[in-house]
Amino acid sequence: MASVLKIILQRLALGLLTLLVVSMVIFGAVNLLPGDFAQAILGQGATQEAVEAIRDEIGLNDPFFKRYFDWLGALATGDLGVSYAQMMFATGMGGTTELIPITTQIAPRFYNTMFLAGLTALIAVPVSLLIGVLAALYRGSVFDRVANIFTLSSISSPEFFLAYILILFLAVQGQMLPSLAAVEVGMPLGARIYNSLLPALTLTLVVTAHMMRMTRAAIINLLASPYIEMARLKGVRPMRVIVKHALPNALAPIINVIALNLAYLITGVVVVEVVFTYPGIGNLFVDAVQNRDIPVVQVCCLIFAAAYILLNLTADILSIVTNPRLRHPK
Amino acid sequence: MADQSEWLVEMRGIHMEGRSDETWTPIIKGVDLTLKRGEVLGLIGESGAGKSTLGLAAMGFTRDGVRISQGSVTFDGIDLISASAETKRQLLGKRIAYVAQSAAASFNPAHRLIDQHAEAPVQHGVKRRSEAEADAVDLYRKLRLPNPDEIGFRYPHQVSGGQLQRAMTAMAMACRPDLIIFDEPTTALDVTTQIEVLAAIREIVAEFDTAAIYITHDLAVVAQMADRIKVLLKGDEVEEAETRQMLSNPQQDYTKSLWAVREFQRPQKPAPAVDATPVVSVQGVTAAYGKIDVLHDVSFDIHQGRTVAVVGESGSGKSTTARCITGLLPPRKGQIELDGAALPLDYRNRSKEQLRQVQMIYQMADTALNPRQTIGEIIGRPVEFYMGLRGGARRKRVEDLLEQIELPASQYIDRLPSELSGGQKQRIGIARALAAEPKFIICDEVTSALDQLVAEGILRLLARLQDELKLSYMFITHDLATVKSIADEVVVMKDGVVVELGPKTEMFTPPHHAYTDLLLSSVPDMDPDWLTRLLAERGIENIGDAAVGKMH
Repeated sequence: MASVLKIILQRLALGLLTLLVVSMVIFGAVNLLPGDFAQAILGQGATQEAVEAIRDEIGLNDPFFKRYFDWLGALATGDLGVSYAQMMFATGMGGTTELIPITTQIAPRFYNTMFLAGLTALIAVPVSLLIGVLAALYRGSVFDRVANIFTLSSISSPEFFLAYILILFLAVQGQMLPSLAAVEVGMPLGARIYNSLLPALTLTLVVTAHMMRMTRAAIINLLASPYIEMARLKGVRPMRVIVKHALPNALAPIINVIALNLAYLITGVVVVEVVFTYPGIGNLFVDAVQNRDIPVVQVCCLIFAAAYILLNLTADILSIVTNPRLRHPK
Repeated sequence: MADQSEWLVEMRGIHMEGRSDETWTPIIKGVDLTLKRGEVLGLIGESGAGKSTLGLAAMGFTRDGVRISQGSVTFDGIDLISASAETKRQLLGKRIAYVAQSAAASFNPAHRLIDQHAEAPVQHGVKRRSEAEADAVDLYRKLRLPNPDEIGFRYPHQVSGGQLQRAMTAMAMACRPDLIIFDEPTTALDVTTQIEVLAAIREIVAEFDTAAIYITHDLAVVAQMADRIKVLLKGDEVEEAETRQMLSNPQQDYTKSLWAVREFQRPQKPAPAVDATPVVSVQGVTAAYGKIDVLHDVSFDIHQGRTVAVVGESGSGKSTTARCITGLLPPRKGQIELDGAALPLDYRNRSKEQLRQVQMIYQMADTALNPRQTIGEIIGRPVEFYMGLRGGARRKRVEDLLEQIELPASQYIDRLPSELSGGQKQRIGIARALAAEPKFIICDEVTSALDQLVAEGILRLLARLQDELKLSYMFITHDLATVKSIADEVVVMKDGVVVELGPKTEMFTPPHHAYTDLLLSSVPDMDPDWLTRLLAERGIENIGDAAVGKMH
């Protein structure tokens, strides 16, 4: 177990390093974007003086590296900064209103995104595993083919299309679920789930195919191994052969695919959030990019990067922990 | 003809087919097999003879891509061909059990031994979980596994190969089946481990009066285990007889040829001159993987035109010594001399001429040949690299080499390795080594993966080449029969140390070093009473690994 702990610490340190590199890439890339906040907010008819004044005020005229290290230093102390839009709003009010930092701005959005991702995962992971196991058990059968065709066509369709199909059937015709995913702070859990169910179902359709197909493939890959033949020759029931003998040895690749898909649920949900006007990070991100609100864009990117790194780290660790050779050394 | 009800297993006119590229090709071509209660039938033949396929068919089981096209299989009155999957499942594990060749691969790595042991009895409703576990410990004790109370709670990777093989036999016994199929259960084991497993299997099969089909390619092993022997060749039955009769008086030519393989013996060459410079001299070599020393002060000489066999069990340092000589693993201490001159320890510092003199032939010809290159390219490469021949001269040389290894050049030069048989591939490996025109060739278990007849052909070829080209061989093997047939000198290794060294004739005449003695005594003879006699002479505690343990 000590070795596992060592590996975890190593990976965490590596993750932090990756995050640092990502922060450089983000900062560099965002600075390469044409136009800036001053131009975006003042529009095409802005005078050069007005643009310069705003640039001075929010520090856009400082040298590149000074800005980067200022930002990095603030990040390290937990200060995510203040969005430009907030700053301008505050100046416009004569500097009397208090500045709302990005942390406060993002927190509820972040919670909403995590909630949607979590709800989707709770539905999608067990469903995909179950379909994957059944497809492996009855491979080549009608069930296997239908499952494959269904999941493949849902992953191949654009997300907004799936979203509208679900809205059509479940909200418009079925009248079972609300088509607008309005969630607010302080809502009771049940209502929150009810309101988020349509986007969660849409996302489930998107991520199921990968996980289900990997489960099926990883299990079938093992079915030719001698210990599976041995289990069959002991007269073990086919379902038990798969669940008890194949699945535990197939976990590592499955876990990795699940982690990738969970990361997608946090970072790739922009379209679905927009369709259902769900107040998550994706929506905020799109607005910020449109306004060239650089501090917000950077923080969103960092959150996405951290989500990827953390989930992959978790997948690595789980793969190690599910390997009996590492759990029970000689 | 025995009364119908007397047969536990009755297979009649079995034809089996295997699918390759959408066509079905016959594997078994009309074989009958019958087995009485409590009887042990030995099934022998070369690889590809259909032994395992037939053995599995006796359980009503076929692997993917194999089918029984004709014939009947009856087990205790139950027709296994027409029985439903559920009926067969009820029999498997409960009344018919299976012991696989590689226990290491056939135990599920994710579960403890005892969980896997208890699975069949609990699933079939024969025993409750606690009873099954208690019984497992009992069986482990009977099979003389170390720490029987505790060993079941380990995972497969925590237990050695020989122990796993016994644990698997225990697992097969869990429901006290009427029939066990043993599919080459000792082939992957060292001789000292094999003898323990054989003794354990024989004892427990006798104790519970279990009928068994014992599949193997090793005649001496089957002679110890079986009441009757059936010989298969390419899916056909050659002959069947009581063990003693089969051994003393085989009827068919094929069977006789199998028996004769062990007769090939090279006469011992006269000792080399005292002042002769050895071709290769290994001097005080100590080598390590990482920080752990695996070879300790190994020294021996190999003279021109002679074969030095290096024997020992897996992990004894045979192949590591070869890696030191080739310079792949530079020794930590000591040196390697070629014709009296010290070789640089790392192969990267050796000249092309020095590299040319030392060549290797590998155990797995399959993986040692590039599957994408033709035979001409494989052999042509060292011809060009070492001898500088190109174009027509290169092709001429490759053709000569193919003639030397007895493969007609016109037929083989443009083939791919996948179009050759195992023995032919090994010949290509030999030709590739010869292409460099070396003085010295390391043969690393070159016959271990081959059937006996094919292996003998390779040994004869190597012997002929040695006489013609004055080659020196270092012959790494764990098979003492091979040593007997071709070696001039023998080096016995154990745990990275040379324990005994000398001319072959001396090695095979007592008195031996205790370890050599144990190795020699563990090789089964073609005498059905050999194991019984050995057990009577030495006692169960003084054979095999148990005896090795006492040597420390």
